[in-house]
Parts: sequence; C-alpha cells; structure tokens
Amino acid sequence: MRRPFIVRFFSATPKAGWQALAIFTTFALLVVPLLHLAVPETSVFHVSSYAITLIGKIMCFAIVGVAMDLIWGYAGILSLGHGLFFALGGYAFGMYLMRQIGRDGSYQSDLPDFMVFLDWKQLPWYWTGSDSIWWAAVLVLTVPALVALVFGFFAFRSRIKGVYFSIITQAMTFAAMLYFFRNETGFGGNNGFTDFKRIAGYSITSPEMRVTLFALSAAMLMATLVLCRYVVSSKFGRVLMAIRDAESRVMFLGYNPLHYKLAAWTLSAFLCGIAGALYVPQVGIINPGEMSPANSIEIAIWVAVGGRATLVGPVIGAFIVNLSKSFFTQAFPEYWLFFLGALFVGVTLWLPQGVVGLWSQWREKRANALAIAPADAAVEPGAAK
Amino acid sequence: MSILLLHEVTVSFDGFRALNSLSLDIAVGELRCIIGPNGAGKTTMMDVITGKTRADRGKVMFDQTIDVRRMTEADIAHLGIGRKFQKPTIFENLTVFENLELAMKMDKRARVSMFAWLDDSERDRVSDTLKQIRLDHQAERQAGLLSHGQKQWLEIGMLLIQDPRLLLLDEPVAGMTDDETARTGELFKSLAGKHSLVVVEHDMAFIEQLGGKVTVLHEGSVLAEGDLATVQNDARVIEVYLGR
Ligand SMILES: Nc1ncnc2c1ncn2[C@@H]1O[C@H](COP(=O)(O)OP(=O)(O)O)[C@@H](O)[C@H]1O
Ligand SMILES: [Mg+2]
Repeated sequence: MRRPFIVRFFSATPKAGWQALAIFTTFALLVVPLLHLAVPETSVFHVSSYAITLIGKIMCFAIVGVAMDLIWGYAGILSLGHGLFFALGGYAFGMYLMRQIGRDGSYQSDLPDFMVFLDWKQLPWYWTGSDSIWWAAVLVLTVPALVALVFGFFAFRSRIKGVYFSIITQAMTFAAMLYFFRNETGFGGNNGFTDFKRIAGYSITSPEMRVTLFALSAAMLMATLVLCRYVVSSKFGRVLMAIRDAESRVMFLGYNPLHYKLAAWTLSAFLCGIAGALYVPQVGIINPGEMSPANSIEIAIWVAVGGRATLVGPVIGAFIVNLSKSFFTQAFPEYWLFFLGALFVGVTLWLPQGVVGLWSQWREKRANALAIAPADAAVEPGAAK
Repeated sequence: MSILLLHEVTVSFDGFRALNSLSLDIAVGELRCIIGPNGAGKTTMMDVITGKTRADRGKVMFDQTIDVRRMTEADIAHLGIGRKFQKPTIFENLTVFENLELAMKMDKRARVSMFAWLDDSERDRVSDTLKQIRLDHQAERQAGLLSHGQKQWLEIGMLLIQDPRLLLLDEPVAGMTDDETARTGELFKSLAGKHSLVVVEHDMAFIEQLGGKVTVLHEGSVLAEGDLATVQNDARVIEVYLGR
C-alpha cells in the first residue's frame, strides 16, 4: 500500500528514536530553559549561563557531526574540510550581527569597527543587505551549500577519491583560512567578528536570548537527525552505501554516482552552515581559526568516537570530546591535545564502530545469552517489509 | 541480426595490446561462450563493451546502430547491457532484498531515488527473482553473509532484474558446487532466446552443457570459432590452450 510521503518521512525514525527525541525535547525546550530563567541563581537547581552556552555550542557541533556522518559514514567520503562550511555559515550570520552593533562600536560609526580601522568609507558591495536578518538567513542557507556544490562538482566529476579527496578538502579549508586572514578580504582579518550586541534589536547577552538560541540549536539538531534518518533509510541512502562499498558496480547498474555524492555532500554542507550560524551568536565570536585544518580533523574525530554510519553516534561523540575538551582546557590545558590524540588512536584500535558499536555489541551478546531461537526467525522472508 | 558487434577493436596498455584487432558478432537471442587462456583479453573485452575501458581503435556497436564507445558506464547500462564481474561484487552491507531493489530496472536518478517507494508489482518482481536464484528464504539476510556460490547467484539475480537485452557474464560459475553449476547452466539456457548472453568460462563441462557457439580468444584476438567439438579439434587451439 502507498503511504503518503510525510508519513514515510517521519516513520523513518524508529519508535525508540522518537522516545529519545521526546525526552530530549522536554529537557531542551522546557526543563533547562525554566531552570535557567525561573530558578534563582543561588539554588542548586539553577542552570548557569556557562552551562547553557556550553551545551548550546556542543549541540551545534553535534549537527556538524551528523552532517559529517552522512557523507563519511554513509557515502564513505572523508571530508577534512567541513569546518569551512561551518565557518561560512557563521560568517554569513556574523555579518548581520556586526551590522546590528550599529553605532555602539568603539568608533561610533555606521561601519563595523574593523572597516573604520582600515579607513574604508563605505561597505563593500558584498555587504549589501547585511543589515537584514532575512538576507542573513538567505546567505546562511545558500553560501556554504553553493561553495560545496561547486567544489564537489569538480572533485567528484574528476573521480577524486579516498585520501586524495581528504587532502584537497584540507587544502580547501586552509586556503579559505588564509584568505579570511587578510584584512582586505573585508571580514575582519584575523580578529574576525566579535563584540556583538543584538539580534533583531534584542540584547544578545540577555538570559532570554541565550535560552532562545539554546532551544533553536536543540530544535535544529533534532530536525537534522530526523531529516538525515529519512535520507539514509530511503533508496537514495541505500545507493549512497552501495557507492561506499562498490562504486563501479553502482555505475554498471545504471546509477550516476556523481549526482548522489554531490547531493549528499551539498546537504551536508548546508546543515553545517546552519550550525555555524547558530554557534556564532552563542560564543560571541567568529574568526578564521574556525577554518583551520585541525578544526576539521576534530569533526572527524567526533564521528569516529561516536560511531560511523549511526547518526546518533556523532552526537554522542561531539558531547564526549567537547565536554572533555572544556574539562581539560580548564584543568590541564597542556594535556588536551595528548588526550585527543590518545582518544583517537584508542578508538581506532579498539572501537572501530565507536561508542554506539560498543553498545550494540553488548546488546547482541546479551540477546544471544538470553535467547536461543530468535536469531533464525529474523531471516525468514516473513520479516520482509 | 546482431545485438553486439565488435569490429577490429584494439586496446593497448602502455604499448601492450590486451585486445588486438578483435572482431566479434553476437546475434540477438544467442548464447555465446568465450574461452581462452588467462590474459587472453576476455575481461578487457567486457570492460570495453561496458565503457570501463576505452578502445583505442575499432567499432563497438550495440543493436546495430548504437555506438557505445563514447558513452558512460551508466548510460551503457541503461541501453540494456548488464554485466556480472569475475569477482562477485554485491553490496555486502545491504540485504539480499536491497541488492535486488537497487539493481531493478527503474528510474535511477538521484532526485527520484530520494522519494522512491517500491510498489506491489516491483515487490513481486523482486520476489520472483529471489525464487529464480533460490534465495527466497534469505531476503532479509545481509548479503555479505552468503556463501560464495550464493553471492554469485545474487549477482546473477541483480543482472536479471535489470532486464537487460545483453548479459555479459565473466566466469559466473567459479567457486560454485557442481550442483550449483548445473542449475546455473539450466538458468542460462532458459534465458537464451529472450536475452542474448555472452559467457566467459573455463569449465568445459559447463560450456558443453550450455551448448552454444564457442569463441576462443588468444592474445587479444579470435583464434577459432564454432561449436565446441570443432574448436576442440582445431590444431591451433589445442596448441595454445587445450593442449596444455
Ligand atoms: N588496466 C590494465 N593495465 C594494464 N594491463 C592490463 C590492464 N587490464 C588488463 N591488462 C592486461 O591485459 C591482458 C588481458 O587481461 P584480461 O582481459 O584480464 O584477461 P582474461 O580476462 O582473459 O584473463 C593481461 O595481460 C593483463 O595483464
Ligand atoms: Mg578475466
């Protein structure tokens, strides 16, 4: 029987997934905001603004992790340049945030401070419209995706694969970083954008704004998970996995892998761009450091730690790595990179399926220990959808 | 009428001629066997027909009028040329059912796949093919867990469900038990007529069972052609191949 698309879309996420999302929603959209806004700071139940910002930030990273999993876990394309798409989304929204500062900057000018400093008299053409939040949204939704589309088209059309692809994505983000470092580029040089004051006229540092951004990040993370779950469980997703496992076979079946890879790649970059736009107002700064090759490598580590081709794994991975990072950078800053390296090596050696793999191994073992029969029942044709 | 015509096709790898002015004519509905020692160019010939390797010289005509030499692999597949590789290549991480689903003849553009949903007649086609390749009890099994022979059958099923006009089969019974080999032979014979088949094999008993015309390749060109008994008695064939 034919089911409407909308039903298929939402039923791609299994029941357990929806239960987890429901719990998450309750916390992210209700419990945490209330504990931050309504509970006095002296109470032990108060959620600090530090915690809100940290978790909000990690949820943005988690979106990037899921987007990365789509392309690496499912299509087998290891991008080491995803930080660029994240940063582009951040810069696109950052332009708007800079304009919202208005005349409250140190030079009391209509122009952003760094332009006054460079002795520019007017906004460059590409800042046109940057005072509109709608135009900012358009840029966030289109620029990272377009950059990915153009880059991906040439890379995939030339059939660049494997480690070569990873290397050129590193080169891509590195080149972009150098370009953004230059003052003349018009994006604030190595200082980037900072000292934001307002979004749509509301103070960016108010608790309400903080909670709003937190809730938006949570909602976006959930939307990303549901969307990506549909994509990977559709026929499109199965073709992606087939490309990952035996690309030439896919071509001889009459598929054009270029279109599949390009669509997944562009979708992935699109999601990263949105994550970047949500991230920047929460941390209050965006600079070319976000495009550094190391940042993009870290994204791959979140996915590896959590478990590839699982979608939830990267969320878990992003939390594990970034919570450890904020712990280490406060307690033992000099050891953070050693820890990260050790974590990556450890996961590669002992947990090829990541944390989620460990969990499913454990469940399998338990099921085998408990039951004798069901293993055979699972392969009966009756189980066919 | 010919379904596939190769005319003086030459392919060189760094000066070495893997195919040397090879000519071949396969008729519609024919079941043709190709034999030849290792390195004779059998796999390269299939690479040229399916667009994986480009011919340096010569003509490759499908269905008399279509020149496939400049077409992409995907476009050639859409013409109705299906191929089974020497090394079984199935999608190990997908189920048997899903392998057939991806192979099935249907709109294969990315934006269509994003919203695609199998209808009842398509499900029936998958079930029919599953029965044909005797994997109907393994539909939900992960393909990587099948036995070698079953993987070969699955790949044959993936070919059948594409409903190609011409099937190219590179050593399809390698690694099969005698019983599986005999059943594969029956299947191929039942396909001939409706489809055209080109079968590359080493197993003489299997070729005898198939009973079609046999072409012997040697050093990239045709050494002999005819029914099995004739080529087996050809002095040059005995010298280069059968005599060893
Ligand atoms: N891509 C390639 N590059 C270089 N030489 C090749 C390539 N493909 C095949 N050959 C050579 O061409 C010859 C024919 O190979 P092949 O068609 O695989 O033979 P067969 O399938 O008949 O055993 C062999 O000598 C092989 O080494
Ligand atoms: Mg061969």
